[in-house]
Amino acid sequence: MRPILMKGHERPLTFLKYNRDGDLLFSCAKDHTPTVWFADNGERLGTYRGHNGAVWCCDVSRDSSRLITGSADQTAMLWDVQTGAQLHTFTFDSPARSVDFSVGDKLAVITTDPFMGLTSAIHIKNISKDPSEQMSESVLVLKGPQGRINRAVWGPLNKTIISAGEDAVIRIWDAETGKVLKESDKEIGHKKGITSLQKSVDGSHFITGSLDKSAKLWDIRSLTLIKNYTTERPVNAVTMSPLLNHVVLGGGQDASAVTTTDHRAGKFEAKFYDKILTEEIGGVKGHFGPINALAFNPDGKSFASGGEDGYVRLHHFDQDYFNIRI
Amino acid sequence: MSEVVSMDEIRAISERLGVDLAKINLDSIHLPPGDDMGIPSDDEDLLKEDALEEDQGFGNILVVDNLPVVPKEKYEKLEGVVRKIYSQLGVIKEGGLNMPVDPVTQKTLGYCFIEYNTPQEAELSKEKTHGYKLDRSHIFAVNMFEDIEKFLKVPDEWAPPEIKPYVPVEMLQKWLTDDKARDQYVIRSGGDTEVLWNDARQMKPELVYKRPYWTESFVQWSPMGTYLATVHRQGAAIWGGATTFNRLMRYAHPQVKLIDFSPGERYLVTYSSHEPSNPRDTHRVVLNIFDVRTGKVMRDFKGSADEFAVGGTGGVTGVSWPVFRWSGGKEDKYFARIGKNVISVYETETFSLIDKKSIKVENVMDFSWSPTDPILSLFVPECGNQPARVSLVQIPSKEELRQKNLFSVSDCKMYWQSNGDYLAVKVDRYTKTKKSTYTGFELFRIKERDIPIEVLELDNKNDKIIAFAWEPKGHRFAVIHGDNPRPDVSFYSMRSGTNTGRVSKLTTLKGKQANALYWSPGGRFIILAGMKGFNGQLEFFDVDELDTMASAEHFMATDVEWDPTGRYVATAVTSVHEMENGFNIWSFNGKLLYRILKDHFFQFLWRPRPPSFLSKEKEEEIAKNLKKYSKKYEAEDQDVSLLLSEQDREKRKKLKEEWEAWISKWKRLHEEEKMEREKLRDGEASDEEEEYEAKEVEVEEILNVEEVVIPFEDSQQ
Repeated sequence: MRPILMKGHERPLTFLKYNRDGDLLFSCAKDHTPTVWFADNGERLGTYRGHNGAVWCCDVSRDSSRLITGSADQTAMLWDVQTGAQLHTFTFDSPARSVDFSVGDKLAVITTDPFMGLTSAIHIKNISKDPSEQMSESVLVLKGPQGRINRAVWGPLNKTIISAGEDAVIRIWDAETGKVLKESDKEIGHKKGITSLQKSVDGSHFITGSLDKSAKLWDIRSLTLIKNYTTERPVNAVTMSPLLNHVVLGGGQDASAVTTTDHRAGKFEAKFYDKILTEEIGGVKGHFGPINALAFNPDGKSFASGGEDGYVRLHHFDQDYFNIRI
Repeated sequence: MSEVVSMDEIRAISERLGVDLAKINLDSIHLPPGDDMGIPSDDEDLLKEDALEEDQGFGNILVVDNLPVVPKEKYEKLEGVVRKIYSQLGVIKEGGLNMPVDPVTQKTLGYCFIEYNTPQEAELSKEKTHGYKLDRSHIFAVNMFEDIEKFLKVPDEWAPPEIKPYVPVEMLQKWLTDDKARDQYVIRSGGDTEVLWNDARQMKPELVYKRPYWTESFVQWSPMGTYLATVHRQGAAIWGGATTFNRLMRYAHPQVKLIDFSPGERYLVTYSSHEPSNPRDTHRVVLNIFDVRTGKVMRDFKGSADEFAVGGTGGVTGVSWPVFRWSGGKEDKYFARIGKNVISVYETETFSLIDKKSIKVENVMDFSWSPTDPILSLFVPECGNQPARVSLVQIPSKEELRQKNLFSVSDCKMYWQSNGDYLAVKVDRYTKTKKSTYTGFELFRIKERDIPIEVLELDNKNDKIIAFAWEPKGHRFAVIHGDNPRPDVSFYSMRSGTNTGRVSKLTTLKGKQANALYWSPGGRFIILAGMKGFNGQLEFFDVDELDTMASAEHFMATDVEWDPTGRYVATAVTSVHEMENGFNIWSFNGKLLYRILKDHFFQFLWRPRPPSFLSKEKEEEIAKNLKKYSKKYEAEDQDVSLLLSEQDREKRKKLKEEWEAWISKWKRLHEEEKMEREKLRDGEASDEEEEYEAKEVEVEEILNVEEVVIPFEDSQQ
């Protein structure tokens, strides 16, 4: 089907997230307003106003009542999805990069960037059911890695936290004690900064995308490298189909070099790979800047991509897609 | 001699001594001076040469011999003369001119020392003044001060050189005898240089030899593929063999920039240019011609860059490479270079000019050798009343075989066919108004009597010529002409249907996205390539059938190279582009076989093959019975493709099985954790979408309520 072009952001997209039911799509961009859309027809439902800087990441609770967003204005905010009201603001001393709700939505992990002499950090916050009881204090703060942490997510049963960032190392932390349990091997791991990380639906494995022009699939418990997908462009965004054994990589030439070459040189396609055979299946063109964000609808029948060009493109698959054999 | 110690042993020893290896800065460890711990250095001899220059620091002192012996009265006059000569060539240090005097007779001793500021100046004036005739009986003999010692060491009595026992070396042509008849190529990416087999059947390369930092600038095969040359700061080196790539010879030439083999790979020309000490001067150029096998310098040429930078169109500045062009054929008999109004032809027996003088040609602009015969073609532009001309000169007789005068010419380019059968001269002429130019071709038939010339003009003679290429070993040529963005491609043959002496057009392909032509080395097939602006469009064309076999694209391709057999083509994106560096290997008919991505990709070179060792009769016999010979290879091909598909299936099966194992493991763990997860979610059970219950709910909704009075009609009325 023709993709639906969703115009609403004025600056490059940074993150996309579907709610669990797959009827809402949340988008974050470098403009200051996260936006929610109908995932079906791409109609804009509303925006969340209040941030004063680029919004890097968001997560929505299982019951689609709460939204958490992390922003370069050094805050992370909790929102009421339905009304758009600000429920709580966590303030930090440096920009917030990544946010993730735990299983049960009682905890959230927030990462902050290195800034003005401060090192990057991973904060764990309690999330109260009743917003009036919400506390600002961190339960635990994890520090150590050099450079920015681009993504941190919860491991199985909220016992671990998986983080990845500019130092190209994936770490598994104990969420209770704050100790590093595992680190990815330098030899087999990524060679350049990791830009994105996404868990599978059941949380048993995850995929990472890196500027070293590859994406890798890992076991979430043992941190075993399972698959490696190589491409010819830096990878900014990765996602996995919940329905079929497909992996989608998005990325492209660095935005600062885009204008100097032919638009085809940029490789702004979203590339589909067979998850098991690691072979390329096809690509979806459309963006005229690198792809920064990708998300699959939980039903596996559509996906959305967000680009440096400021557009979200919503693709509903044709029947042919489900019949692909390689 | 020391023994090789393995890393494990080192670790064991350091543990025993209680040394933490990680904490040691290896650079801080120095051997006691003068002790090498029994470890001989690989490049001892190179070091020695360097040491001489730097340690003593007398490189800037000259010794001038054969000066007149003068009494005290004339001392100052002689000193003045010497100073005048030598201060022209460089700055003499203060008090740097020293003429010793015999303490008894008070006469000079007939020699003097001159100290310059830099060794370069000394070197230059040594070259310039050695043999300088002050008068008939005083011819200067100039030497470097450092060399005197060397000369003193020469023993007075001749001793027979030691005869080294013969050490058998590897057969250097061994790669040609590969069972699978594969070809090799060398690639350079990042710091690594790799030689690979092109295993097209397996659709992948096979590594032969890999070495990091093998070369400091580039690598180059010799023209017949026997050697691989690497270029370093100290000089060039050659390596050979099928798989071992041992170093065979080194050629010392500091700061060498460019190298060039003679076509028969007997000689190697190396080139370097050096910053002048005086910024007003031009660069100094040094050229050495080495014998490839013995490593001996056969002749060297030194001079300013100007002397080597003549010719070319429009007074090109800088040296055009190769400076020396070798006459065709494997004999490597002659080489030539162009100078101001002269062409200097040297022969390799004595490495001197033929007849001891250059060929004088006023205003000569360009020349080129026939690829097979000792024939030179040269182009002289219009000058005053003289028309421009192209002439063919036989070497060594220097006899003019043929000449053609041309009028109102702006530029000429000469293209030899690879067998030396034909020469095409592309002539750009001014139109009558002199405002624009148009192009025509003069076609010489070298092998026919009296060398007939034919003039060819394109159908539309105002078309610009973008590219021209002869079919290797054939009688056809291709031309890209017309105006961008979509030029036409035409094919011509030097024969027409009935008449072998007339050129005829075969076809014109309209509106092609091409700007470069790449013929297969075997002829017949050609790639029309659109490089640069056309983003790497490739069209594989069969000229016998006049049919396009395939169209493809290698996005941003910068290089196209046929393998020496004409079976495969490589297209590469080298590091001029940032993205997608790497290369593709295609079959001759345009099927993509495999692609390799390499960051910082610099070079791709097929290993050339020498001309066939088979006799002409044998070749004809094979061509006749091709079916019989090809049977064996077809069977092999089939075996391999069966094996491949089998392997592929196996691989897929294995991958699927591995994946299934992971999935089942995850399922199990997921089940095990179910209870805990429920607890975390305050008892909310549903994990998966499937657990949703689909209920059908009927909803009644009242849309509208209306009261309508229905008129009652009594039928009984």
